[in-house]
Amino acid sequence: MNIYIYILVMAVVTYLIRMLPLTLIRGKIKNQFLMSFLHYVPYACLMAMTFPAVLYSTTSIIASIAGVLVAIFLALKGKGLITVALSASVTVFVLSLFL
Amino acid sequence: MKNRKYDSKKEFKSGLKDGIPIALGYFAVSFSLGISMVAAGISSVEGTVMSLTNLTSAGEFAGVRIIAVGGTIAEMALTQLIINLRYSLMSLSLSQKLDESVTFWKKLLIAFGNTDEIFAVAMNHQKSLTLPYMLGLQSLPIVGWTLGTFFGAIATGLMPEKVSIAMNVMLYGMFIAIVVPNAKKSKPVLIVVLIAVILSCMFYYIPFLNEISTGITIIICTVLAAVAGAIFFPVKPKD
Repeated sequence: MNIYIYILVMAVVTYLIRMLPLTLIRGKIKNQFLMSFLHYVPYACLMAMTFPAVLYSTTSIIASIAGVLVAIFLALKGKGLITVALSASVTVFVLSLFL
Repeated sequence: MKNRKYDSKKEFKSGLKDGIPIALGYFAVSFSLGISMVAAGISSVEGTVMSLTNLTSAGEFAGVRIIAVGGTIAEMALTQLIINLRYSLMSLSLSQKLDESVTFWKKLLIAFGNTDEIFAVAMNHQKSLTLPYMLGLQSLPIVGWTLGTFFGAIATGLMPEKVSIAMNVMLYGMFIAIVVPNAKKSKPVLIVVLIAVILSCMFYYIPFLNEISTGITIIICTVLAAVAGAIFFPVKPKD
């Protein structure tokens, strides 16, 4: 299938999600269940996409695990997005030289 | 014409300045997105168009995986809906903070660039949000996100394979950097995240379950974990 059709569908759906609540809804969300659900969605989604896929995203599962551990450690230490992401990447690169 | 209460130029500049760190971060992350796109068989031009028109890391990342496995259009639409549903909540919050000068048509513009980071900075802004401020805030991140994807995609062929493979991990690293501090602060978030990871692993390793497509798997894991969170750890309204 033409990739631009996929891209168009992605762009339209994503724009509508951002645009409709901004223009149509005036009041505040009252429904606690919906509010809570939306609160947890980003975290659940990001981690469902990360694990276990990240383990198989490099040529060595050991290098991947090391990269993930470094990322988690630095994130726990409160380091920023770029630091964490780059450190994980450098870890994988250095290990891939030896493994 | 009624007089505006604010100085458009000043507002735009102030937005531009606030957008610089976001733009730099976006460049680095979308660089690795560009690399994943090429690995999935998407061209640098297609990838650049995707980033310019979508402006969403998690959504594009999932989209790339669906394109890679040749998923259906319905699967794509549903995945984007679920993954990006959080933006509706953000847009809703944002709508409460917009200056009264922001009319319907201006909202249509502002809505396009409402990403997690832009939303966070906008909500942190001390004044009500005007159109020039929001356009200033969004413009550099949009440029950074789009150019990063482009350079990542064209750099893939020029880089040693070990470097591009290692950069593949960057986006996952960023996801970890977003989630871990929140899971550390909030036990409910930690539990929801663990549920999502366990489910995701089940769909990866268990026979039959692992035949379900990636897009559907992400939706199922996200919805089940977030519903569990909403049932067992309801979030109390702030005001």
